[in-house]
Order: sequence, then structure tokens, then C-alpha cells
Amino acid sequence: MTLYNREQIRDIIFDALGAIAPEVEPALIAPDRPLREQIDIDSFDFLNFIIRLHETLGIDIPEKDYAELLTLNSAVEYLARRCAAQQ
Amino acid sequence: MYEFRMPSLGADMEAGTLVEWLIKPGDEVQRGQVVAVVETQKGAVDVEIWETGTVDKLVVATGRKVPVGELLALLRTVGEPAATAPETPIAPETPQAATAPAIVAAAPPRAQAAAVSARQRVAPAARKLAEELGVDIASVQAAEPGAVISRADVERAAQAKTLTPVAAKPAAPDWHAQMRMAIAAAMSRSKREIPHYYLATNIDVTAVSSWLETENLKRSVTERLLPVVPFMKAVALALREVPELNGFWIDGALRSSASVHLGMAIAMRGGGLVAPAIHDADRKSLDQLMADLRDLITRVRSGRLRSSEMSDPTVTFTSLGEQGVEGVFGVIYPPQVAIVGLGKITERPWVEGGAVVVRKVATATLAADHRASDGHRGGLFLAALDRLLQQPERLR
Repeated sequence: MTLYNREQIRDIIFDALGAIAPEVEPALIAPDRPLREQIDIDSFDFLNFIIRLHETLGIDIPEKDYAELLTLNSAVEYLARRCAAQQ
Repeated sequence: MYEFRMPSLGADMEAGTLVEWLIKPGDEVQRGQVVAVVETQKGAVDVEIWETGTVDKLVVATGRKVPVGELLALLRTVGEPAATAPETPIAPETPQAATAPAIVAAAPPRAQAAAVSARQRVAPAARKLAEELGVDIASVQAAEPGAVISRADVERAAQAKTLTPVAAKPAAPDWHAQMRMAIAAAMSRSKREIPHYYLATNIDVTAVSSWLETENLKRSVTERLLPVVPFMKAVALALREVPELNGFWIDGALRSSASVHLGMAIAMRGGGLVAPAIHDADRKSLDQLMADLRDLITRVRSGRLRSSEMSDPTVTFTSLGEQGVEGVFGVIYPPQVAIVGLGKITERPWVEGGAVVVRKVATATLAADHRASDGHRGGLFLAALDRLLQQPERLR
């Protein structure tokens, strides 16, 4: 499995967000504010976001960990940790 | 001879523009087959035919705006001889449809665009962007032939446009304004004609929430159920117990429906909403409901709905809990007679056996047509919903 660095993970998150909410401007996302306050996504969009991350990164994201994906920064940290753990 | 007419795709629809025929004279068609694409105020819709037979004649040409109920095509049913010799396909009229405005007036190279415009599938977000950027949506090409036109395609077209300025053209149809007009018409009619009554009750949803959590733990991410899914099933089952809430008010009388076709209120990106049907929701498994919901939302947001999904809902279900509201009192979509609402699930103090405990609670609401039912019956529906949600394992 590929080991992604934080920069790559950030881009993967932007790609996944862009696919569900095309109007999103990555540069305008405040990294420490909850994503769902900044982007108009519902639970269906969020599930698709998780599915995309799962497919791209090849990691499982259990439902109980959804809270870790609240902000951009916490999502990057969480996904980096999960990817490293899966090595 | 079966007469295929412009269907009504909702109370707010008066006319639709025939964008594309997917059949031609001589073709065999099956009941339920998608035979045409019609542009409505709520976007392009795949229109199905409800008869099996052979296409005899296409009466209306593509590009024409046609009132609801007007003859579109003639079909020979099984065993019926051809009344007329199969005709040559009718030539499309000069596009006057909302999808292809004013292309004729544009520069010659764009005439090509007029021909393809009738086959366009446009994502609502792309249509909106095109309006913002002043790009004629009819001139936009999809990345691959037949693909849905995306925002990226529009952006590409906008860049190209800055290189080759086009002659001034009439204002593009404002998709968002059209959607608002459609909603305004339906909701005004509802509030004018329907004497609503409103009920609300708090339901302890701890059991269904924990059941779903355990269930999703066993599932891979692609198979997980959204929280709304068990509620959809419970609403559909409860409606079977109170049929006065499931059906239509037509010509001064209630027509209850034996089937529960659950209209799911789905918000569109950038505003507006539609409430297409999940057919026979009371008889589907949770997995099937999830698959249907996924398919429906995906098509609402990026693709296209089918005519039966637009016209068939017997009741509407709106789950606004997503946005954090605790309760929603809906406006009935005529000629339906009820709309069920669900607010967000919150932990609240709850009295049980004389003690205060913390429970997951959601507020379920009902707005119903007082001509068709009374508050007592509405209350029985909410009680049934509560009872069904206490035994989530039986909702499968």
C-alpha cells in the first residue's frame, strides 16, 4: 500500500469533497472549523465522502470515528494515522 | 390504439418541453420503458410509458412545449394492425425549448450545438453555473458523448467563450427561478386549498439508534445504512394502519392508495427541492430502501428522475434533522393528504419508571389534510410510528 504524506492526504480530501460539492473552493476552507459548517453537505453526501476516502486510501473508516473527520486538520491527522497503522 | 399523452409530473406542472424521443415508429416498447425526455421546471425527466405495444406514430416533434394531457404519440397494442404505414420520423422543429434558446441567431459554427442540445443531460449545478457565467447551456459539450454535462464542462465552455465572443442573445432561462416558481405554485395552492392540521410527538429512538449502530458496525462502508432508512420503513408501515393519510384528495373526495409510495423530500444543491417516490416503501427491506434512496438522491443531484417517481408519491416524508432543527411542520404537496416530518436526534432527559434518564429522542410530526382525516386518526399514526420504532429488528 502507498504511504501518503499529509499534503497528499489533504489533496485526496479536497478531491473527495469536490466530487460531492463541486462548488467548494479548497483555498477557502478554514482548516480548524467544522467542515459541515462551511460546506452544505448532508448525511448522504458525508457517507459518499467517507466512501471515496475509503476507496482512494484503502482504509476502513468505522462509523464511530466519523467525529474525527469533523475539521480538515483533524481529518488529515486521523487519515494519516490510519494509513500508517495499516502499513 | 393507445394514446400516449404528456403526463402530469406533479401538481405544479402545466406543460413540459419534449426534449428527446427515445423511440421511433415501428419500435416495440414495454410497459415501464423510458420513451422520452421532458424538460420541466424541476429539470429534465425520463418519461415512462405504461402500455406494451408498437410505436405507430410520433405526434409531437422534439423542441415543442406541450401542455399536460396533449397527445404525444400513438401506440399499437398487441394484436392491433398498423393503422397507417410507419411514417418517417418527424423533423424536429426549430428549437424553442428552454434547453436551446436563441442558438439560431448565433454564429454559424454554433449551429452544430443546436443539433446536440436536444440530447443534453445537464447536472443542475452545471446549469446554475452556466447561468452565472452567462454561458448558453445548449452550446456546452459533455466531456464524453452522452455523459451528463458537469460544472467542469461549463467552465471549459466559459473559457472558450471569452476567446470567441458571441452575439448578444436573450437572457438564458433561469433554472433556479423556474424551480422557485414551481415550488411557489404548488405551495400556494396547498395553503389556499388544504385545511392543514398539525401534530407532534417526541419519540424515544434509543432502540433504533443502537440497533443501527450495531448493524452498521457489521457492514463495510459501502453497505452502511443512513439513519433515515429505518424511519422510512417505519413511516411506510405506520401509514398502512391509517390509510386516510396515504393517497390523494381529488374532486372533493379522498382516494386512499393501497400502495405506499413514499415521496422523499430531497434538497437540491444551491436551493430548491423535489420529493420523488420510493415505490412500495412498506414492502421493501432496509437494504433495498437504502439502495433506492442512494439511487434517487444521486439522480436528483446529478442526473435525471423518472416520470413515475415525480407523479406517484402517495405521501411525503421530510427529514430536516440534518440541518439541526428539532421539528418540522410540513406543507402538504397537493393532491397528497399528508406530510410526515422528522427532526434531529438529540439526547434529552426522559422520564422512565419514575426516574429521569438520558435518551435519544426525535420529534416526529404530521401535517395532514383535515378534509381527509381528523386529529384522532393522525394521532394513531404517530402512535403506530412510535410503536414500530421500538422494535427496530422487526423493521428489516
